Amino acid sequence: MLEITNLHAKVEDNEILRGIDLKVNAGEVHAIMGPNGSGKSTLAGVLAGRPIYEVTAGGVTYDGKDLLGLSPEDRAREGLFLAFQYPVEIPGVSNMYFLRSALNTGRRHRGLDELDAMDFLRMVRGKMKLLGMDESLMNRSVNEGFSGGEKKRNEIFQMAVLEPRLAILDETDSGLDIDALKVVAEGVNALRAPQRAIIVVTHYQRLINYIVPDFVHVLYNGRIVKSGDRQLALELEQKGYGWLGIPNGTLSPAAVAGAESVLAR
Amino acid sequence: MSGATTTLSAGMLDQADVYLAGFEAVEKRWAGAPGWLRELRRGAMARFTELGFPTGKLEEWKFTSVAPIARTRFHPAQPDSRPVRLPAAVPAGAPHVVFLNGRYSQAQSNLGGLPPGVRVGSLAEFLKNGRAEEHLARYAAWREEAFVALNTALAEDGAFIEISRGTVLREPIYMVFCSTPSGEPAMLHPRNLILAGEASQAAIVEVYAGDAGGNYFTNAVTELLAGETAVIEHYKLQQESQEAFHVATLQVRQQRSSNFAAHSVSLGGALVRNNVNAVLDGDGAQCTLNGLYLVGGRQHVDTHTVLDHAKPHCGSREYYKGILDGRSSAVFNGGIVVRKDAQKTDAIQSNKNLLLSEDAVINTKPQLQIWADDVRCTHGATIGQLDSEALFYLRSRGIGHDRARHLLTFAFANDVLGRMKLEELRAHLERQMFACRR
Ligand SMILES: Nc1ncnc2c1ncn2[C@@H]1O[C@H](COP(=O)(O)OP(=O)(O)OP(=O)(O)O)[C@@H](O)[C@H]1O
Ligand SMILES: [Mg+2]
Repeated sequence: MLEITNLHAKVEDNEILRGIDLKVNAGEVHAIMGPNGSGKSTLAGVLAGRPIYEVTAGGVTYDGKDLLGLSPEDRAREGLFLAFQYPVEIPGVSNMYFLRSALNTGRRHRGLDELDAMDFLRMVRGKMKLLGMDESLMNRSVNEGFSGGEKKRNEIFQMAVLEPRLAILDETDSGLDIDALKVVAEGVNALRAPQRAIIVVTHYQRLINYIVPDFVHVLYNGRIVKSGDRQLALELEQKGYGWLGIPNGTLSPAAVAGAESVLAR
Repeated sequence: MSGATTTLSAGMLDQADVYLAGFEAVEKRWAGAPGWLRELRRGAMARFTELGFPTGKLEEWKFTSVAPIARTRFHPAQPDSRPVRLPAAVPAGAPHVVFLNGRYSQAQSNLGGLPPGVRVGSLAEFLKNGRAEEHLARYAAWREEAFVALNTALAEDGAFIEISRGTVLREPIYMVFCSTPSGEPAMLHPRNLILAGEASQAAIVEVYAGDAGGNYFTNAVTELLAGETAVIEHYKLQQESQEAFHVATLQVRQQRSSNFAAHSVSLGGALVRNNVNAVLDGDGAQCTLNGLYLVGGRQHVDTHTVLDHAKPHCGSREYYKGILDGRSSAVFNGGIVVRKDAQKTDAIQSNKNLLLSEDAVINTKPQLQIWADDVRCTHGATIGQLDSEALFYLRSRGIGHDRARHLLTFAFANDVLGRMKLEELRAHLERQMFACRR
């Protein structure tokens, strides 16, 4: 489904991705881990088409098509979805209107009828319940004034409504308490299907307990330095990154987890 | 008349003969008018020729050149009695007075269903019956402002609305000014007078619309008196033809504890100047100025507002937003005057601008003159572009680039529309804004 070959990308003259190779087949779940600043969000952003990144070498095919040649909106219409690490607030655009527009552009693209406000509401109600989303959030501006947890839920809710074929979740688990994490994981698992693939970017084993990946990759300094199965995530949780030759001074996931749980309080 | 003629020949006015001829024609048509009215017109004409059209040397006109108006030979707009289609903003059933090329059209107006206690009609009719002396030209500054002077000299018609004490209007009244193109550039000088009595309540909508391609000059003046404790909402929708010139003054006088709001949406015109002035002339008066200008191409729109706090315990809220695309330009100048006696004044002003293109230019400036010491006045102005993160967020969900830009642009303007209580007008504007910029 997705094939990344020797991908190099830079931001403002800083080379961030330095040769990524990754193959994701339909039905698979991949976890990408790695210390802060290693390039995880950059990879996710390049795949979704964030304009600030410039691809300098390599390529990506998605369903055999040249992904990098598509606009961000066309990637989304072709079934790619990015759950943002930092969801964006959009004052003045209601969450309901936004999501219905997004859904309807996708439906048009697939030759389906657009949903009117009533049909849309009927369709999303169940998914809101699944994700514990308060209905009042739908009438508020997109992410405006949402708590951190509400923003993350909103990302997964959008994913549940848009039903992408390739979902990339960038630290959707960060900052969530364990109950919220379970809810989010449930939302993701509900989407798991033989024709879909999911890439989760995370710092923690925690999420991987709920969304069990087929493969785990460690990204460091713009390259995938290690790949394995879920055992690799367990090992990272126990030993940190040092044994992979990643220098000390980089925060171990456990240390970050500690800091985050303090911050979350 | 000789007085005016002498002054005219002494003036440096461009195209003076056109205005002189126009004035003579007005004098002739109004030969039987009461003396005070003829005096007023004569005085105003003399003042206009003395002042001439404003130049960039005047602080208030620094960023707006009216040279294209000054050099054009405008002819008085010709009467047109063909039926016109009312602008879409005007609901068919709502009470409306219609002016075609500056003249009252009884056939197009619909004043049925108005409750007792309100009179709506043609100012010309009202002047002929002669009772406006107390109010006409008592509020708008024709001695200082050339365009107001010109209007005062040449205006022959416009809307007259009188709402008697305690009358509450449930339905808005629409004043509609339509211009149809004629071969040569035409000028119109609508003059409106709105008298809202003590404890009255009403919403009044002024709509200016012109057929595409119409090259004309609207020079409008509206005077509005809000009596004690009156609650008045005034709306102005300016959607002149893209070639038109539009200069307008809304001059408001507020009495004790009145509550007045002026909502303004400016969409059309090649060169537009909107003056909105309110004098808070009674204790506890509240005034809201809420406006949006949306321009593209080579349009220029200039908004000058003055909130004159003359008495204590008054509050004013001013929120203006601008959206500029193409090579358009805009000016916002927000004046707040707090007189010596106006203690406990509470004034907030904000002007925010969204530039959609690198070639658009905005000049924004607050202008505060505060003579009292116990007051709260805050002001702020911003100039920004569309948020690129928000744009990417929308696109990443499949919403196309143009539509995403449009959505964000609309979101920017949303709170201005949200302040408009008149649901039907707000809904119309929302539709129109979505239509005009895909
Ligand atoms: N807009 C930008 N301009 C300049 N440098 C950037 C920009 N965005 C990211 N970077 C840099 O690129 C590197 C990789 O950042 P990225 O966000 O991809 O890391 P990450 O692996 O997602 O980290 P984290 O775990 O903290 O989210 C970092 O050194 C970061 O400072
Ligand atoms: Mg990141």
